[in-house]
Amino acid sequence: MSDFHRGVDNALKDPQIRKNFRHAMDGLMAKRKVAFADTRALEQLRRLSAGIRSNALYHLPELLQQLEDNCLRNGIQVHWAESIAEANGIVLEIMRRHRAKQLIKGKSMVSEEMGLNAFLEARGIECLEADLGEFIIQLVGEPPSHIIAPAIHKNRQQVARIFKQKFPDIPYTEDIDELTRNARGILRDKFYQAPVGLSGVNFAVAETGTLCLVENEGNGRMCTTIPPVHIAVTGIEKVVARMSEIPPLLEVLVPSATGQPITTYFNMISSPRKPGEKDGPREVHLLLLDNGRSRIYQDPELIATLRCIRCGACMNHCPIYVRIGGHPYTTTIPGPIGSVLEPQKLGLDKLGILPTLSTLCGACGEVCPVRIPLPKLLNRLRYEGVREQPGGTPGSGALRSRRDALVWKLWSSIHSRPAFYRFVSKAATRLRRLTPGRLGPWTRARTAPRPAARSLHELARQQGFDHE
Amino acid sequence: MSNARTTILSRLTSTRPDLPQEQPVQSEQEIPAWDLDQRIEKFSSRLRSVRADVIVAEHEIWPEKLATLARQRGFENLLYAPHGPLGGQIEKAWGDNPSLPRLISHQKEIEAWKEELFFQIDAAITSTRAGIAETGSLVLWPTVDEPRSYSLVPPVHIAVLDAKDLYASFAELIKIEGWRRGLPSNALLISGPSKTADIEQTLAYGVHGPIELIVFLLR
Repeated sequence: MSDFHRGVDNALKDPQIRKNFRHAMDGLMAKRKVAFADTRALEQLRRLSAGIRSNALYHLPELLQQLEDNCLRNGIQVHWAESIAEANGIVLEIMRRHRAKQLIKGKSMVSEEMGLNAFLEARGIECLEADLGEFIIQLVGEPPSHIIAPAIHKNRQQVARIFKQKFPDIPYTEDIDELTRNARGILRDKFYQAPVGLSGVNFAVAETGTLCLVENEGNGRMCTTIPPVHIAVTGIEKVVARMSEIPPLLEVLVPSATGQPITTYFNMISSPRKPGEKDGPREVHLLLLDNGRSRIYQDPELIATLRCIRCGACMNHCPIYVRIGGHPYTTTIPGPIGSVLEPQKLGLDKLGILPTLSTLCGACGEVCPVRIPLPKLLNRLRYEGVREQPGGTPGSGALRSRRDALVWKLWSSIHSRPAFYRFVSKAATRLRRLTPGRLGPWTRARTAPRPAARSLHELARQQGFDHE
Repeated sequence: MSNARTTILSRLTSTRPDLPQEQPVQSEQEIPAWDLDQRIEKFSSRLRSVRADVIVAEHEIWPEKLATLARQRGFENLLYAPHGPLGGQIEKAWGDNPSLPRLISHQKEIEAWKEELFFQIDAAITSTRAGIAETGSLVLWPTVDEPRSYSLVPPVHIAVLDAKDLYASFAELIKIEGWRRGLPSNALLISGPSKTADIEQTLAYGVHGPIELIVFLLR
């Protein structure tokens, strides 16, 4: 059994994981449904948002340059990185220039993608996650299991035990308000001291050079307001053209993610501290990371992957994700969008199994606020994995097996030759008792199927149906 | 580094995707046609639903109400901006009354009094630029007088909003105020006290930002 299958198996056998995810995903789905009670308005908003994101991608090179121009004019320093190694190097360079030994972080999936914490910690720089969920899982060295609710796989008793173990001086509590207040106390000191803060970016507005951050806790504001230096890391696809396009995106993002009408904070950063201003970072850096995105951009179908605004609705509604949680996916981003995005970045040779982690029920595509055709893309990547002539996706064709290819060739030849088809179906029905009882993994948990005594075609003819 | 820039941009420019299937609907989003009372009602109920206090008050008497509230709540002190839009009225209402919380102001950069800001201030008061009825949001453009940390670091944030500055939606605000022409260092929408649902999807208020948000809505 591969590591991957073992991960799935362990998750399925863990009643705590099953219960924690079922409970949380049911809640998120119900809240979203209430928030989008007007389904006609929702469809209109999805079309508008999909259009805004599609158009931004169409104009991506121009918008990135416009964003850069306006950020520079506003005093924000702009860095470009083709790879994770380059991006980590840029952050390290900024840290070293300020002789900074500590980095306080708001929630950023791009920093997870970069493996930034491990990279900096190996170089003697402490990274501290300030988002409550991220803070909890950092204490036990686990990766996020959901992009919006990173510690969703833990229940309150587990969190209480983690706090007790890591902060023995704080009295044990399972009360969520008290746990939250304790985290507030611990992190206050850190915000107070930290020399550099890091955040992600939800939307970067090209026309004004503005970085937008969506959050509830205030840690994002802390990281971007209090430390003398702010580094914002983002993928190159996060740019949108106009400020007027932000309200619809915000209006579709927040209820899709959490079911709220709006988050507590919508933070729009356009420049570092200006002369006369009393607070705010003295330096703001924007790091634009490619890491495979410009390659995904080349494919007219797969480019839709880049529309994603990271709301998490597709995983909340996924029958696979809810049963196994985020960890078995082994990637930064789990769920349907992760199964589409990550193999395109890291290669189908490594992650080709992810697109098969779907029943193709269609729920993810139906709830996606920017109408990414996720089931279609999952199917496309299954094809990319086994195609004969390698395509543009890395690792394309790596999963092709000669035996499977032969079976499908046979299948296709049977179905395209009527006489052959009749012969084979007759043979299958007459020799049905010879069907093997064990058919690989299929029969591990099922009995083998056995053909019927007469095929449907035969029965129909007996009933007097004519051909055609 | 500029190498990366060139490579990325040339790769993006070399293969332009086919024109997207889904063109944005050119018509903008509909802006609800609410009158002032409806805006006030919508704004207040939204904010109250996330545990913010909304106190509707007359223009002349809000400083008195603020003084009463500050005394009742037992604040030791109140951070305010003497040269901001509210400074004069607050000072007048406070007078020399020793039973009221001590008024605190600073003209220095926060580094000079960061410890006090983080660990000693009980509450801070700021003005607001506008409000959004649909989502119950305060719109802040922090200024030299009212820096951005005032609405972030102290455990209680008190905000004063003139009801005539209530817009129906965020889209309306951006359009009428012409935000496309450029934004300040930091612009904010604040819709309640800070909160989280990171443990068991259960709402808990007061994480890293203010634990309480009190809004004086003036009409």
